[in-house]
Amino acid sequence: MITFEGVSKRFPDGTVALDDVSLECATGEITVFVGTSGGGKTTALRTVNRMVEPTSGRVLIDGADVRDRPPAELRRGIGYVIQQAGLFPHRTIADNIATVPYLLGEGKKRARARARELMERVGLDPALAGRYPAQLSGGQQQRVGVARALAADPPIMLMDEPFSAVDPVVRGELQAEFLRLQAELHKTIVFVTHDIDEAIKMGDRIAVFRTGGKLVQFDTPKNLLAAPADDFVADFIGYDRGIRRLSFVPAAELELDDRAVLPENASVAEARATGADWVLLTDSGRRPLGWVAVSGLATDRSLQHMPRAPLGHTFNVRADSARAALDAAVLSPSGLAVGVDDDGVVVGVASPLDLTNAIGRESAR
Amino acid sequence: MIAAPADDEPLIRWDWLARNADDIGGMLADHVYLSVVPVVIGLVIALPVGLACARWRWIYPPVLAVTSLLYALPAIALFVVLIAFTGLSHTTVMIPLALYTLSVLVPGVVDGLRAVPDHVRQAAVAMGFGPLRRLVQVELPIAVPVVMAGLRVATVSNISLVSVGALIGIGGLGELFTDGFNRDFPTPIIAGVVLTILLAVAADGLLILVQRLLTPWSRQ
Amino acid sequence: MNAILNALRWFGQSEQWSGPDGIPQRLLEHLWYSGLAFAITLVIALPLGLALGHVRRGRAAAALGFAVVSSANGARALPTLGLLILAVLLAGSGVGPTLVPLVVLAVPPVLVNAYTGVRQVEPQIRDAAEGMGMTGSQVLWRVEIPVALPLVLLGMRTAAIQIVSTATIAAYVGLGGLGRYIIDGLKRQEYDSTAGGAILVIALAFLIQLIFTGLHRLSVSPGVRLSASH
Repeated sequence: MITFEGVSKRFPDGTVALDDVSLECATGEITVFVGTSGGGKTTALRTVNRMVEPTSGRVLIDGADVRDRPPAELRRGIGYVIQQAGLFPHRTIADNIATVPYLLGEGKKRARARARELMERVGLDPALAGRYPAQLSGGQQQRVGVARALAADPPIMLMDEPFSAVDPVVRGELQAEFLRLQAELHKTIVFVTHDIDEAIKMGDRIAVFRTGGKLVQFDTPKNLLAAPADDFVADFIGYDRGIRRLSFVPAAELELDDRAVLPENASVAEARATGADWVLLTDSGRRPLGWVAVSGLATDRSLQHMPRAPLGHTFNVRADSARAALDAAVLSPSGLAVGVDDDGVVVGVASPLDLTNAIGRESAR
Repeated sequence: MIAAPADDEPLIRWDWLARNADDIGGMLADHVYLSVVPVVIGLVIALPVGLACARWRWIYPPVLAVTSLLYALPAIALFVVLIAFTGLSHTTVMIPLALYTLSVLVPGVVDGLRAVPDHVRQAAVAMGFGPLRRLVQVELPIAVPVVMAGLRVATVSNISLVSVGALIGIGGLGELFTDGFNRDFPTPIIAGVVLTILLAVAADGLLILVQRLLTPWSRQ
Repeated sequence: MNAILNALRWFGQSEQWSGPDGIPQRLLEHLWYSGLAFAITLVIALPLGLALGHVRRGRAAAALGFAVVSSANGARALPTLGLLILAVLLAGSGVGPTLVPLVVLAVPPVLVNAYTGVRQVEPQIRDAAEGMGMTGSQVLWRVEIPVALPLVLLGMRTAAIQIVSTATIAAYVGLGGLGRYIIDGLKRQEYDSTAGGAILVIALAFLIQLIFTGLHRLSVSPGVRLSASH
């Protein structure tokens, strides 16, 4: 656990980078520091490994003041990942990764073997071990940065905008892979970003900093979206925070309606009997085929021959969030979202109103 | 050859300087001529060579190898080798200096042109600039600061190197050095050193001024 | 063409190859004076340049850095011959006074290139090094110097060539070495000796260039060369 106790930092030129910050970063969790530039989030991160010394207050790791240990020794026990990776251009990938093991006096052979192992862990081809950083793409370099921080297996990792220098697609991959890795490793991580989406995606808890180094809110992503502490936080999260909140409502909590779900060979009369404007046709295995508008049906023939509107996309009732359900509803011709199970079998449909109700229940809790 | 000035002998004899002001002025003019002409010649050659190197990248490494070898050649050695071909003339001193200028400026021109950001080049193409107009109106102006930096180095080095020519009798202010040495007389030497430095500083300042006029956008 | 033939004939004369005025002796002298000046230059300029580049914080360091960079520009303006003559006139002839201008002219390029080389190491590389627990001297030796090496070597090469060239001119004020052939030849109007000396000096300059190219290949990491070409 990392504890900030009334930490302040005032630079010699008078700017206040941190103003009496107190918070706890729980062991095995990702704590995200987010905020506007000049909000002190990087300064806060750098007080943990003594790259910045606070003007007042203390930073403790598992109860011990970081100032009780010499900086170099302290830092060797803390993983450190920075923007654009900061790889050493004159060292091969393997030797970059083995930096801290070398500093700790480990032999070349063992350290390099471990480096190759780590390369696989972070999704790099070990064949790249002998290459130099200049020969790697930005995304690959960032992965090396993560592997290098993991090399000595430190319990704590500090990550300062580790994924912000790569394009959005690569960033998404790196984030997902890092979360997968963290699920195995359970490191205590402090993660700095200026991107609120990244904060919500990566963080177990989020600390929002504002200009002047003030900690304005420290909460779980869900609570942050539900109850921003003030206008600053609300603005920072953005106008679509309501929709983002849906990400934290499991689709399983939606009440799905299956009255308007009919087999392909049902008759128009049956469709009219549902009382719905649109019915969803399914095949014999109850997998969705498409929508039919009931109001336009003149004849009494089987629904099979009626003009069909395409399905749009469905959501998985077990794995997806209500946000995916809302997206499916918006894109559906009928305005209704189709929920399916893992086998693609229709469970029922939900209207945007059902989604609103689900959020209501969630907030009432 | 112990040559510390006698106690009654001042380090600088101003009266000597006053008496020889005309001669010194002539040497100064000669010095300016000997150092500036090679800079101009070097620039005139370096521009097309640098442009060619920027356009066809494969010729740059061999050209760079040649220019850095040229730069390594001691001036005195070049002077005496050239005596056999161009005699004891101004040309003998100016050829090596032009070569040094060339070897400083070619990388300068290439680096300057490479410093043109790709998006700027592409914007120029997109706006319909032809290759020549693009070069003259967009790329060269952006390259000016780097080229000017090279020009300043070359000019200042030339001004200092001209005096080595005094060893073969053609050295502008450098002749004050040999004169003072032959007569064991510090005044002309000190005058020569001071004037050479002042000339270099003045030339450098002039070039900075020219650069500011050429690149008004970079003025703060 | 005649002059070159004469110079070649000069090389063929047996008296050039022995005695106090023989080529081996003069070459050794030249190498000795140049090597001495080069060693003194390195001892003064390398630690100073590297240390100044490494210490980045504070106004004093910035002011010193500015002074260092200006010194290189300033040194370029100094007339070599004038300095040599002045040194001998003021401090007397001999190896000591003659070496002073050699060192004075060679220190700035080494100093400036070592300084800027270390200073130009990207801040995030240095930040990563410190953040992973390298001490100040580990950052300097394991990261900054290897990354700055191309520039450090460039400064050393410039200085070495400068010294060999100035040592040649120093023959005018009485120093031994290859410059003797040139200066004495000029004085006696024996142009074959002058040209022969010049060819030897040029060969020596080429050799130094070659040595530094080799040194660059051997000591600069391929990774640094790759990142420079990007």
